[in-house]
Amino acid sequence: MSAIAERSKSSDDKPTLPEFTPLERAIINRLQYGLPLTPAPYKDVADELGVSEVTLLQHLKALLDNGTLTRFGPMFHAGEMGGGLTLAAMRIPEADFSRVTEQVNSFPEVAHNYRREHELNMWFVLATETPEGIIETIQRIESLTGYPVYNMPKEQEFHVHLHFEV
Amino acid sequence: MSTFTSKSDSVLSARDRELIVATQSGLPLVSDPWAELGKQLDMPADEVLTRFQRMQATGVIRRVAAVPDHYRLGFRFNGMTVWDVSDDAIAELGEKIGCLPFVSHCYRRPRHLPYWSYNLFAMVHGVSRDEVEHKAAQIREVLGDACTGHTILYSSAILKKTGLRLKKQTDKQ
Repeated sequence: MSAIAERSKSSDDKPTLPEFTPLERAIINRLQYGLPLTPAPYKDVADELGVSEVTLLQHLKALLDNGTLTRFGPMFHAGEMGGGLTLAAMRIPEADFSRVTEQVNSFPEVAHNYRREHELNMWFVLATETPEGIIETIQRIESLTGYPVYNMPKEQEFHVHLHFEV
Repeated sequence: MSTFTSKSDSVLSARDRELIVATQSGLPLVSDPWAELGKQLDMPADEVLTRFQRMQATGVIRRVAAVPDHYRLGFRFNGMTVWDVSDDAIAELGEKIGCLPFVSHCYRRPRHLPYWSYNLFAMVHGVSRDEVEHKAAQIREVLGDACTGHTILYSSAILKKTGLRLKKQTDKQ
């Protein structure tokens, strides 16, 4: 079981906010909006935040190393790359959950996978190089795991503005 | 303006693709990341930057940004709110829900009857279950009579989070 899973499992109901320094907060908030695509992008953000470029890079590296940030880089839009993208769900009995998690996660096409508290208890994003790859991957997952996969591709996108203010 | 006119027009050149593969685990954390990538891929730094700018302009890249682990930021309650909205009203109401400031993603998706009757998905994050439920109540209000059912699916574990990945280009292309 991963550290992330254990942490969320042992969570109690008290909302606890982690401690960040004002600079860490500023970096987390600012960099979710995106790096300017300029010749010296880190310098430009550092100037905006009133710190040196070296300080910004050190803090960014530390936030990645300690897992506060899972990634810093380009966020691709699979649909625009000409590939396939979908959300899929499965209904997995508890006794089989670990095995199926391992099997589903072994597919490189599975980008994110979340356990959710519902009869459909496993939800993952599939990204494939071609639109046809989605159906093919779903069939491979079904035959490997022995459970049906419910394909829920987006039919319409209303808005995407994922941003966590800390 | 763009040389990329349509999706079928091979949106990604081989060189763009190399840049994506080189950065999908992260952009170099150095003063001049474009030059650093250029060194790796034998491409001038200004060409690296221009290609990134173009990919962002065409939407291949949404942005070059930080992706937080929302649990670590204290947003421990990640509620996928799902709604059964009448087909006639969903386009208009979906737009309204998508505009609510606390909704991070909002999509229309297919039903799978009889197991799954929800066709509108709105992702809501909160530091407590109460906060997510309070936000869901606001969505409920906007949907009104067009909505005949809803539920909230909380995530209890991240099983995998690698982001989208391209494989290295193989010889076949």
